[in-house]
Amino acid sequence: MFEGYSLAELGSIFAMQGFAGLILFSVFVLMALGLAIIFGQMGVINMAHGEFMILGAYVTYLCSNFISSYAPALFPAYFFIAMALAFVASGALGMLVEWGMIRFLYRRPLDTLLATWGLSLILQQVFRSVFGAREVGVVLPDWLMGSVAVTDTIEVPINGLFVMGLTIAITVVIYAVMFRSRWGQGVRAVMQNRVMAGAVGINTEKVDRYTFGLGCGIAGVAGSAFTMVGSTGPTSGQLYIVDTFLVVVFGGAQSLIGTIASAFTISQAQSTMEFFLSGSTAKVLTLLTVVVILMLRPQGLFVLKVRR
Amino acid sequence: MTRTPQSNLFGRSFWRIDGDIAGILLLAALLVIVLPLGLDIFRLNMVGKYLTYAFVALGLVLCWGSAGILSLGQGIFFGIGGYCMAMFLKLEASSPEATKIQSTPGIPDFMDWNQLKALPWFWEPFHSLSFSIVAVVAVPALLAFIVGLAMFKRRVGGVYFAIITQAFAAILTILIVGQQGYTGGINGITDLRTLKGWDIRTDDAKLVLYFVNAALLIGCLLLCLYVRRSKLGRILVALRDKEDRVRFSGYDVANFKIFVFCFAAALSAVGGAMFTLQVGFMSPSFVGIVPSIEMVIYCAVGGRLSLLGAVYGTLLVNWAKTMLSESFPELWLFAMGALFIGVVMVFPNGLAGLYQQFIAPHLRRLTARRSGGAAAGAPIIPPHTAAD
Repeated sequence: MFEGYSLAELGSIFAMQGFAGLILFSVFVLMALGLAIIFGQMGVINMAHGEFMILGAYVTYLCSNFISSYAPALFPAYFFIAMALAFVASGALGMLVEWGMIRFLYRRPLDTLLATWGLSLILQQVFRSVFGAREVGVVLPDWLMGSVAVTDTIEVPINGLFVMGLTIAITVVIYAVMFRSRWGQGVRAVMQNRVMAGAVGINTEKVDRYTFGLGCGIAGVAGSAFTMVGSTGPTSGQLYIVDTFLVVVFGGAQSLIGTIASAFTISQAQSTMEFFLSGSTAKVLTLLTVVVILMLRPQGLFVLKVRR
Repeated sequence: MTRTPQSNLFGRSFWRIDGDIAGILLLAALLVIVLPLGLDIFRLNMVGKYLTYAFVALGLVLCWGSAGILSLGQGIFFGIGGYCMAMFLKLEASSPEATKIQSTPGIPDFMDWNQLKALPWFWEPFHSLSFSIVAVVAVPALLAFIVGLAMFKRRVGGVYFAIITQAFAAILTILIVGQQGYTGGINGITDLRTLKGWDIRTDDAKLVLYFVNAALLIGCLLLCLYVRRSKLGRILVALRDKEDRVRFSGYDVANFKIFVFCFAAALSAVGGAMFTLQVGFMSPSFVGIVPSIEMVIYCAVGGRLSLLGAVYGTLLVNWAKTMLSESFPELWLFAMGALFIGVVMVFPNGLAGLYQQFIAPHLRRLTARRSGGAAAGAPIIPPHTAAD
């Protein structure tokens, strides 16, 4: 598989594929972070997570169209407005879903899985009815177009860099919220010992609702970022959902660091192999490796030790 | 492993004519007499196709309803069963005489299109019908055994198991679609013609296959009923409700789980093979994540605890799917989504639960009055529904 490439060329290939992998990594991380909060912290399987992401993507699409036709002056910065709107839209829908559905199912994780799958089907059809079955893309502002040439053979697209920067920023914010704020402390307390948290005066129902909303909101932001590197269709979310679940499970469901590490491993492995093997073989090999490792180590890479 | 006591091995308690057996007889009458008389061959073939999914639903009743193991990868086994059958039929359809226009005669057409020069080694044994029939059951059961062994021995269960089976479904689909030359790719294995010289595309053949399918289904239904009524079935329920207590009582819980998972896989595979025979092709669109989870809803609508319910649920959901997608294709996904949510939130025991709640009490009163109260003491509610 390495024949016919010189060493320098191989280096460039690995660098470029590594960068493509980093973009995939960013999308994985953004999606998986929301899921890690919902699944890892709350133990809820949200199969509609992909659709929350796509909702964010469509909000970005609408926002880009709206701003380019009514407020073109704002266009270079529309992305930040879109991201905030996507967060609010997905988060609000998430809280509504938690209130209407999830809160009755906390004790039945398998049933949550089925119910949220139903929700994902409904959302998909809503997207299809409203936006059409065709995939849509957004117009990027000028400053995000083009690429930076690092060396003669290595070029790095700017939108990819931006998405990566965004991912890092969001990860830091989530870390601060979950581990450094009083609210995050409440969330972790409820997840570790619900009864005791309730006993010391934390409103557990409220914490549940906001946590679920936060997870879905992050999915919305992920969707917003996703529009910069790919186009959005009604079923795009479904393509990523199983991968994302594997990322979260592989990393160890309760550990945010684990989620990031496993997203990195999986995306890098996949994109590096993709260049040398066909895309489908690369994907099969990656998924298979992850599944086999999970069979040998079911608790995932990083384990948070909690006394139950 | 099964530790079935002799007294229950097709003993008196099994042959007692009770609610379940009467229900199966009623279903058999519906499938073998009423439907063939009432429907034309096109619709009957369609019902036959739906019934192949009922095999999967039966497996899920045992695996998910009884033992509490939700597998979201039953499509894998359905697909493998179907592909094993399709490989045999395809080889028969691509005899050197029938394919002499190809650059390499005697291999399936899609291999020729993908520039394959010889039949791959794993296709060779599928020249034999008996091997293929064994493979239909053995290959999925073996795969389920390996997966089950790896997961259940390490006490992986619940949602983790569901997600990993789902990942397997994704892997297998990508593999089949990607390896076009060996598997027929996204189109699957199509253009199947004869089974040992018997043309399966004629109306007569479809009618015969329908009856074979119905008979197999009733047979599997009885087999499942037997498993449930055996001591094994009780242990499955026990480990669903309190796994630790079963383990502390000295049972190796993993073995029971592996068994029921393999059993469900084999049932699905039989369904898949019958699907290929009746519909005449097999493609990866019956393997992946979406069809696999759809199969769970058939079982859930019928009632995850009821074997008969699963068959009726499958028929009903598929019939609704056909009707809705024929006239209002947009509504189907809404209806499907609503079904998923409704079945979980409003009626978790499905059709069977509704029957037990609303119809069975009236029936019981009716029969009790007619036979002068003699039947009142007979246990009409089967233990599994009472247990929930």
